[in-house]
Amino acid sequence: MKNFVLFTILALTLLSGWAFAEEQANPPSLPAAEQALPAQPAPMEEAVPAVSEAPAPTLDTGDTAWMIVATALVMLMTLPGLALFYGGLAKRKDTLNTMAMSFVTYCIVSFLWIVYGYTFTFGSDIGGFIGSAEKLFLSGVTVESLSMTIPEFIFIVFQMTFAAITVALASGAFIERMKFSAWILFSILWMTLVYVPVAHWVWGGGFLAQLGALDFAGGTVVHVNAGIAALVGALVLGKRREASLKPSNLTLVVTGAGLLWFGWFGFNAGSAVAANGLAGVAFINTNTATALAAMSWMFTEWMHTKKPTVLGLASGAIAGLVAITPAAGFVNIQGAIIIGILAGIVPYFAVASIKPKLGYDDALDAFGIHGVGGILGAILTGVFADPAVNSAGTGLLYGNPGQLITQLIAVGVTIVYSGVMTLIIFAIARAALGVRVESEHEITGLDESQHGEKAYSL
Amino acid sequence: MKKVEAIIKPFKLDEVKDALNSIGIHGMTVSEVKGFGRQKGHVEVYRGTEYEVNFLPKIKLEVVIPDAMKDKVISTIIEKANTGNIGDGKIFLYSLEDVIRIRTGEKGEEAI
Repeated sequence: MKNFVLFTILALTLLSGWAFAEEQANPPSLPAAEQALPAQPAPMEEAVPAVSEAPAPTLDTGDTAWMIVATALVMLMTLPGLALFYGGLAKRKDTLNTMAMSFVTYCIVSFLWIVYGYTFTFGSDIGGFIGSAEKLFLSGVTVESLSMTIPEFIFIVFQMTFAAITVALASGAFIERMKFSAWILFSILWMTLVYVPVAHWVWGGGFLAQLGALDFAGGTVVHVNAGIAALVGALVLGKRREASLKPSNLTLVVTGAGLLWFGWFGFNAGSAVAANGLAGVAFINTNTATALAAMSWMFTEWMHTKKPTVLGLASGAIAGLVAITPAAGFVNIQGAIIIGILAGIVPYFAVASIKPKLGYDDALDAFGIHGVGGILGAILTGVFADPAVNSAGTGLLYGNPGQLITQLIAVGVTIVYSGVMTLIIFAIARAALGVRVESEHEITGLDESQHGEKAYSL
Repeated sequence: MKKVEAIIKPFKLDEVKDALNSIGIHGMTVSEVKGFGRQKGHVEVYRGTEYEVNFLPKIKLEVVIPDAMKDKVISTIIEKANTGNIGDGKIFLYSLEDVIRIRTGEKGEEAI
């Protein structure tokens, strides 16, 4: 009986969401030129010739203030957000190592991004595939340099925080068995060979941007990309000796999930790169979808395993954040509601039903939540993108079925590229260092074997 | 002298402690322990997957008493720690050779 009531609540919420969307779905006919606008404002070098008749862009102090805050918020997602979320889920003997993976990756990417990451991602486009090397070591970037209306230095750090969390996300699948040295090598190679090109394709004016793929804040670039790397890496690494999820400290997980949610406002609303109405849309969509995803995961689990778990609430929130990421600045609130509800259901079954059947050991469900949630969000962006919210995106519901195809292409390209490159990177790491710790070290725990420390001395 | 070692459910500790205090037991040692008996383990579910947990958390309570108090202490523990369900725990009774208070060097029942 209780199950029936829960199901009815869920079904009603779902239906009301659909009904709203239907009402809104009177497709206005948009000129083709408007639909072809790139999802993301092009970098300075490109924007200048296009708007040569307009006055030169000037610094906007409001935009700048918001983007400094947003950048700091996104930093908070990796450290301590993700480190706590993953660290609390790891076994007691592996907690510190799991946190160290996020920590060291943030540091590595912080450095490599200013050396070459930024220029190869956002430098002038070369053949749709990579940025030019003109800003190696940030050469030519001065205190006066602008990206749109904000200082270029802020734009560089903002984008760096995205690169860092993308690499760190994949660690969730590799924990409790991967050598720390191999993880460092993986971070360097994966940021260089996977994140940088894919981010260029979508945000740096590369071929997926030219194709019109919509990715507001990183559904494809960040979550599908990292999720596939997680899956492939987990398959290469093999199962842990004790392939079970025994969270060492769920209170850390809840704290981490809360910080991720909080930081994600910078991630999604900051992706407007301005303190404007679009940032406001992205903000409310992010919060709405996340709240609904947390509830829908909890209710789904309540029906499926008879208990509404706290880990379920936290996991659902993360799945919701992931799924709304590509859509945040394109969909209306009804779209956000539906994306949120589905984000609590689809990744749940990917994690609870599909993973055990297929038997891969994605330790903390980096693929199940980020990969599956990211693919779901990227596809639904192609369905719900509302031109009244953002003229750059018109989805299936508003009369542009082609957008859905473009989204599928962008997702497909990312899956194939990230999958193949991750395989190659693991082959290099295995040849150079070996990727897996000795089984004795795995049993005693990676905190002690890799770092000579313990998370808890009680 | 006797040493009574009782394994009880954690949530029963306060009741047992208060009851023992009220019959004149003013010292005890308590530890958090894990184990299993007939109750076996239980199942925890994380992200939809069930994991069997073999060892359950219990409280081990140790008190040292004069022989005369043996029956009263044991019946008090049984009365207060009993829920009627499986997993209520066990009481182990030992004969004790000696007790020495470190500060003064007192021995035997004086030192309890």
